[in-house]
Order: sequence, then structure tokens, then C-alpha cells
Amino acid sequence: MKFITIDKKDWASGIDKSRETYQLFGPVKDENGCMIKKLDKDVQPDMEYHESVLSAKSVLFPQTEKILNSNLNESVEDHHIMKRSDNDYSPRAVLGIRPYDAKAIALVKLNFDTKEFKDPYWCDAYDATVFVGLGINKPGPFDFSTSVGTGPFCEEGLDILLADLDDKYLAKVLTPEGETYASACGFENTADEKESQALFDILRKEAEKNIVSFVETDKLKEKTILELHEASFWDDIAFSCINCGTCTYVCPTCWCFDIQDEIKQKQATRFRNWDTCMSPLFTRHATGHNPRGVKVQRVRQRFMHKLKYFLDKYDEGIMCVGCGRCVKSCPVNIDIREVCLKMNTFEKQE
Amino acid sequence: MENPYLPYPVRIDDIEIATEDKSLKTFKFVFLNEGDEEKFSYQAGQFAELSIPGVGEIPIGIASSPVEKGFVKFTVFRTGVVTSYLHNMKVGDIMGIRGPLGNWYPWEKLENKNVVIIGGGFAFTTLRSSIIYMLDPANRSKFKNIDVVYGARSPGMLLYREELYEWEKRSDINMHITVDGTDDPNWKYHTGFVPQIVEQNAPKADKDTYAIICGPPIMIKFTQPSLVKLGYNEDQIIMSLENRMKCGIGMCGRCNIGKELVCKDGPVFTLEQINQTPKEY
Repeated sequence: MKFITIDKKDWASGIDKSRETYQLFGPVKDENGCMIKKLDKDVQPDMEYHESVLSAKSVLFPQTEKILNSNLNESVEDHHIMKRSDNDYSPRAVLGIRPYDAKAIALVKLNFDTKEFKDPYWCDAYDATVFVGLGINKPGPFDFSTSVGTGPFCEEGLDILLADLDDKYLAKVLTPEGETYASACGFENTADEKESQALFDILRKEAEKNIVSFVETDKLKEKTILELHEASFWDDIAFSCINCGTCTYVCPTCWCFDIQDEIKQKQATRFRNWDTCMSPLFTRHATGHNPRGVKVQRVRQRFMHKLKYFLDKYDEGIMCVGCGRCVKSCPVNIDIREVCLKMNTFEKQE
Repeated sequence: MENPYLPYPVRIDDIEIATEDKSLKTFKFVFLNEGDEEKFSYQAGQFAELSIPGVGEIPIGIASSPVEKGFVKFTVFRTGVVTSYLHNMKVGDIMGIRGPLGNWYPWEKLENKNVVIIGGGFAFTTLRSSIIYMLDPANRSKFKNIDVVYGARSPGMLLYREELYEWEKRSDINMHITVDGTDDPNWKYHTGFVPQIVEQNAPKADKDTYAIICGPPIMIKFTQPSLVKLGYNEDQIIMSLENRMKCGIGMCGRCNIGKELVCKDGPVFTLEQINQTPKEY
């Protein structure tokens, strides 16, 4: 494995150099707090950030995205024929992505990149993206990533993992795509492999020691979907929920979407937008019938999807990376860790 | 990369009013591009997204049959934004069809079996597709007895009436047509709700008999006990479900019943499978 030392003085000029061939995404502060955004030419990523309000999922799965368009003007030859929208899939690098967010992208890939169907928008964006992660030296109090198969220095889904060593970054180059990006930045100061790995191991252990929050998921698999679905605790969990959907938007693994059409001056566009299972409209039939018309059904759906359906379907763990955003952002303090505990320890009453 | 969101362009070739209240119309589409019809090769029981640029998409069961060539047919109930718009479209208009989507009735498993088809109201579209498929001279010998129980509110609300009355005359299919009620003194068929007609007329279950049910949730709910009385096991009752859908390819996340997605793992499930899932349909 190749390691590179990057002096922080050289960081900005290096990534600026990469802008010749890459669009850059990274953490920036705006009026909503820290967000992962496309960086304008003169904007540097805020690598000192602690947590971003939203995850990096929008780099591949924008909140709203054109997917098809067509011309409705009957005087043109191909009127009403839909075509794929011309989106930009030139190479891009997302800088400073947190390891749990990169793991989340690996989980979301299971949905968008399947044997039968490939979502071309997500897959093309994924193929165009280099993921440059930043290890978390001091995990926050909501971080429970180590108990859900990731962690502050987890490498899964990353092309490069950076460790912040105060005056410099130590970069672990994990893939050929990562190597190409490092060269595009002109980062070539190779570090000793053994020493660097030892340093990463120390940083990881130190960081993991700071994690104070955990979940247990070991018994979820053995319970049936029906017994968990019919468990008596859902009313209590859902009681305070206001179905605002914040948990689904901040979640790095929530991928549900809506498709909507719009017409502007004879130009029709079909969009894909983030959706939320917290909305009654999400499942309402045209007839008015709604299989999840009541709040508790929707709250149950969210947790059952994350902690049981996903687990049973893919056998890749739960659909949660322990970032803690939903816990922190929920206006009524619904806590996925508590729900997970209830589900994991649930015993069917005979 | 194949784009599963990109519909095949089609032209509306014919529009037929399907029921006396005009709430259902049958649309016949022809593909604009050569080769698309072959790519759209489907099985009876599948559905497709009817796709109107600038308006939206709706998942609708395919009413034409794989043995009918040169066109595809869909019977659409006017109820929401897209269906209302579609009802006002004209012959010659251009739109799109995306599919075929979902699974289909288990035709291989049904070979050499008696098949009982039970439908209600306007949920008879994929059942029509299935009947035409089974009655095709190339396929009829693959199946044993075919019974059809089909009911609607009134005679004028039955879909595909001409075909129903034709099938009624044939000896290789047993039709049990019923209406909830009628004041027509010349009505020759049954009067009564589907569950009751099933109980009185459908063949008793044996290991070689399967029932396919398609209809509104209330009809399905009340028909199940009738089939149980006749001795059908859960794995001999095959049902087609509906849920709100967008993508139709298992990605957008809304149509699930438990971990099964109605659009991709369904819409066809056995009652045995459905009984293992939360009934969120």
C-alpha cells in the first residue's frame, strides 16, 4: 500500500491543480451549517469541519436531478420523445468525506447497481467519482459507527484515506483511482509504508477509544419480519414523531426517491427528487387507499427497512452507518439506537 | 448502459371506451421504432409504466396477450393526474411505455393443471391477457380445465364484454360471469358477489388446481375464505398486488410489503408468500 505525506501548506495548491481535470466536492459552511457541496473555483474545502449536516450522498444522488427531457412542440420532428438529460459526469473528487459516509455509499450501491437493473444516473456519477476520505481523530458523542461495521478510519468505499497530523496529512492510497487523483494534485512525497501503517493503526485505536455510543444488532437476524412488525413497542416509538422526514434527509443511507414531471415553455423535464417514507403521500394510491396511512406504520417502515428488511435482503449488516445524524437532528429525540435495542432484545410474547 | 427509466416511444393507435360509465378506456399502442416490440417481449401478468412526457407515469397491467402481435393494450381507470390526462389524449398522440416490469403468473408451474381465474371490477386486465394466452391454439393443450369467475357492479361495467360472451360459448373454458345486480330482465348470467359465485361454481381444490385472483382488496379479502372452504392451500392461491409505484424497477423504495418489492419481486405472489409479509398493500 502506498502512503504519501502532504504538507498542509501544499494542500490548497495541490487540489487546485487537480481542478484542471476534476470537479471538486467537499465540506463548506453555509447558513445551514457544514454541507458537502460542489466547490466553486475559488472555494477550498473546510477540512477542519467536525460533522456535516447532510451526508455526501448528494454527490451521487442530488436532492433533485433531471433524468429525462423531451420537446412538446409538435412542429419539431422528435416531439414527445423522451431522451436522457445531458448531465455532467466528468471526473469528480469528493474531498474530506467521512469514512462512515463512504461506507454508506457502498450500502446504497446495493440498491442502485443490481444484476437486473442499473440506475444509470447514480452509477455514472459513482464511476466518475474519487472518494478522498478524512479519518476522524475525535469522534463526536453521537458516533456509533464502530458497532455497525465501519469506524473513524474505515477504508471501505474510499480511494484515499487521509489522516490529519496537525501540520500535514498522511494519505493512504487505496485504489488506482486514488493514485491517479494524487498524481493530478502533484502529491508525490512517498512515506515509509510500515511506519505509516503503524501510525494509522495508532490513530484508529485512539479514535475508537473516544467512541462512547454503541448498538447491538446480533439478534436481529434470528427474529422474523412478522414478529418484529407486530411488536408492541411501535406505538411508543412513534408517539412523539411529527413525520417531518428530517431523519431520512440527513441519513447517508436513505435512498428513496420520487419521480416528477414539469413543463416549461413546451420543454418537458422528468426529475428524480429525494423522497421520504415519513410522508403519507409516499404510499398513497390514486384511489385514496393508503397502506401506510397512519404515522406509526411509517415510523415502523423506516426502522424495519433499516434494521431488518435490508439485513434480511442483502446479508450485509444493517442499513445504518452509525453517523448519528438522525439522533442529533430529530426534533423530538427519537433515537435509532434505542429502537435498535428494542428490536434486538424483543422477545415474542406467547 | 441500458437506461431503465427511458420509455419506448409509442403512438396511440386506438382508444375504446371500456365501460358504460366511461371511467375506463382501453388504449392500443404501437411502437414507433422497429425492434422495440421485440424488446418489450412480455408474459401475461406483467405490467408497464405508461409514460406521458411532462405529466408523469402510471403502472398499469398489460391487457394484451403475448400471443397478440403488432400492438400492446392497456385498460386504464380514470382516477388521478396521469390517467385523467391520458383519457383526454387522442389517437395519433405520442407517448412512452416503459417495461415490461415485474414478474408474471407462474405459467410453467401451471402446465398440466386446472386453472381457476377470479377477477372483479377493472382488475381483469392481466387476467384477460392470461385467458387469451391459455386459449391460444398453441397453448390450450398445456392446461387442463379453465374456469373463470368474473364479476362487476353491472353488465355495462364488465370489461371486454364481447370477448366474455364469446368465451361463454366455447367448450374449452367454463365462464361464470356475474354482476352485483341488474334490472335487465334478459340477463343470462349470474347475479351475486364474486366470493359467493366462487363458492358455488369454482371447482373444488385438488393438488392439480390453482386459483389466480385479481381484484380490489375487499374482493380478495372475501374471496379467500371461499377458496379455503373449497380446500385450496395457501400455495395454490396466486394473487396480483398493486401499490403506489414510481420507478417500477425496485429502487425508489415505496411499494414494499416487508422486504418484498411489489414492483420487482411481484406483483404476483402466492398467498403463502403474502402471509409471510406485513400486509401493507
